[in-house]
Amino acid sequence: MTNWFEGSLTWGIFAMFAIWVIVLLLIVLGFVTYAIYYERKVIGWMQGRYGPNRVGPFGLLQTVADILKLLMKEDTIPAKADRVLFKLAPVIAFVPSFAVLAVIPYTETLVFANLNVGLLYFAALSSISTIGILLGGWASNNKYALLGGMRSGAQMISYEIPLIISVAGVILMSGSLNLGDIVKAQGNGFWQWNFIPQIIGFSVFIVASIAELNRTPFDLPEAESELVAGYHVEYSGFRFAFFMLAEYVYVYAIASLTTVLFLGGWKPLFPFLDFIPGIIWFIIKFLFVVFCLFWLRATLPRMRIDQLMGLGWKVLLPLSLANLFITAVVMEWFR
Amino acid sequence: MARTEELLLNVGPQHPSTHGVFRLIVKLDGEVITHAEPVMGYLHRGTEKLAEELTYTQIIPYTDRMDYVSAMTNNYILCHAVETMMGIEVPERAEYLRVIAMELQRIASHLVWWGTYLLDIGAMSPFLYAFREREMIINLFNELCGARLTYFYMRVGGVKWDAPEGWLDKVRNFIPYMREKLEEYDQLVSGNEIFLSRVKGIGKYDAETAIAYGLSGANLRCTGVKRDLRKDQPYSIYDRFTFDVPVREEGDCYARYLIRMEEMRQSLNILEQALEQMPDDGDIMAKIPRVIRPPEGEAYVGIESPRGEIGCYLISRNKPQPYRLKFRRPSFFNLQILPELLKGESMTNLIAILGGIDIVVGEVDC
Repeated sequence: MTNWFEGSLTWGIFAMFAIWVIVLLLIVLGFVTYAIYYERKVIGWMQGRYGPNRVGPFGLLQTVADILKLLMKEDTIPAKADRVLFKLAPVIAFVPSFAVLAVIPYTETLVFANLNVGLLYFAALSSISTIGILLGGWASNNKYALLGGMRSGAQMISYEIPLIISVAGVILMSGSLNLGDIVKAQGNGFWQWNFIPQIIGFSVFIVASIAELNRTPFDLPEAESELVAGYHVEYSGFRFAFFMLAEYVYVYAIASLTTVLFLGGWKPLFPFLDFIPGIIWFIIKFLFVVFCLFWLRATLPRMRIDQLMGLGWKVLLPLSLANLFITAVVMEWFR
Repeated sequence: MARTEELLLNVGPQHPSTHGVFRLIVKLDGEVITHAEPVMGYLHRGTEKLAEELTYTQIIPYTDRMDYVSAMTNNYILCHAVETMMGIEVPERAEYLRVIAMELQRIASHLVWWGTYLLDIGAMSPFLYAFREREMIINLFNELCGARLTYFYMRVGGVKWDAPEGWLDKVRNFIPYMREKLEEYDQLVSGNEIFLSRVKGIGKYDAETAIAYGLSGANLRCTGVKRDLRKDQPYSIYDRFTFDVPVREEGDCYARYLIRMEEMRQSLNILEQALEQMPDDGDIMAKIPRVIRPPEGEAYVGIESPRGEIGCYLISRNKPQPYRLKFRRPSFFNLQILPELLKGESMTNLIAILGGIDIVVGEVDC
């Protein structure tokens, strides 16, 4: 797949690109559909409920029904909203979330764009979504939406920095920004994966990525008990669906990134288990990370905005810097 | 030069955290509240005025709808006022049934508070756990009086229905179950770091302010004032039970939280003793005249509802209808301190403080 970039662009290669893009889109949309189902089931069980179980067998078609409902809803725009920005915001929020998926290596061969600056590409694109959220909050001309959008902006800036510095340790260890090479630098067997030597970085990464995802306990931008729904309070129908889609695609992206950076990507848990295909390992680890995200949501209360900022700047940033420093020293020592 | 201005924000009347149709007009400087003005009355139904046209038995269903989370205590306060005026001796068994109903109701009411408070703070699961347990209490009430929310169970002179067969055993079995669940609640929430950072030191006031504002219930006891009408002016048969009145000194949201959690345990203790002491049979209704006609005069009685001191002031002109009926609703009084507490707090703390007061809008607006 990768050598397509090296040859000249012919119609055949272009068609292949288009097909792969559609396949990836379908996989991601399928994931989002069932991630929502999975989340509702998992949280339902944790809360002593059944979760969706009416539409289709075991409620499997519940999300499909929900999406259809959203598609058929009236698309309302508030009278005093900034119409252009209002329409643009969901697109800006969604497109980068999908674009970052191109660099995720699912197995050694299955990677859509084998970029040498893959990690940087991921970090840079994913911050664009914030602009979409901020725009959405601003353009709605609603006070709750504005507060939600502002919180989101503040939160993403304070958590992007520790997030990226925390992965710098991984970059030092593997000597590459290419996500595929980062996985290759980790061995077979869980004791050779990055999360053990990089335990501080791993912890910071997990916390910062949950904040980045706007999920509980950091779901302040859409804190429903305070800001009603935050930045997307005025959105309805398909535009609202786009915001939700972006959120869940980021769950997909961050879970994949965690798997790749810290949990050994497609590598098996023990070396003797390497007869199981890499993609299976990837999916297992990935689903585990996603499960943990849902688990947290069912357990924890929400933080306060000032505490959140304090945590980001006073705890996570120094920790991630310390992690980077320690990694660098140790690397130099044992080289 | 950058120009900043205050943001006028309407919180409610339709807002997920105002527990009904309560409205707050807040001025925000950034996310800091500079001024808050509560607007009440969206649920005003004129209960007190309507009561002047109704017989006493007809008023009881209206009291159900005041504090709909704790209808049993509201039933009791009206019956208690009339009984006091007429000097009616309530049969033993009826008193025990009333106490059991009221203490179960206190637990149910605190469970609703616990669940919704945690929901306000942003934790979703406790709400469902609390409602799972509350459902059991409501089923018990359903068996007792045929209603789940607005019971209309107590009458002047006693209660309408005796406990059905096996009902008391069900209550007896519920007690250890609930104790175990309270342990679980503590493990899940009470020590959670995020939760502590959200409620510790938030919405603080001292005993003097609390008394000046006429607060009662957990809102008063969190400042170190030990006042519980069940102990201080024992009504019904509360002087026959041994139980503690939880008091804390801090005066913040966390103190109120801990007091309510402890009150549930104490209610379980009272229930246990009541079930033990209860006579096996006997009347559930006193001999009362066909037309209830309290003698001319007036009376005020106060009891301890889950939210604080609920009082009933009754003026009678020897007619089947009251001349004037006035309820002292604890939610209404407890709410008065809100604007003072909110000044200088953030939007997020607004929710934590408002939730910590534990209001029921049906009672605030009456």
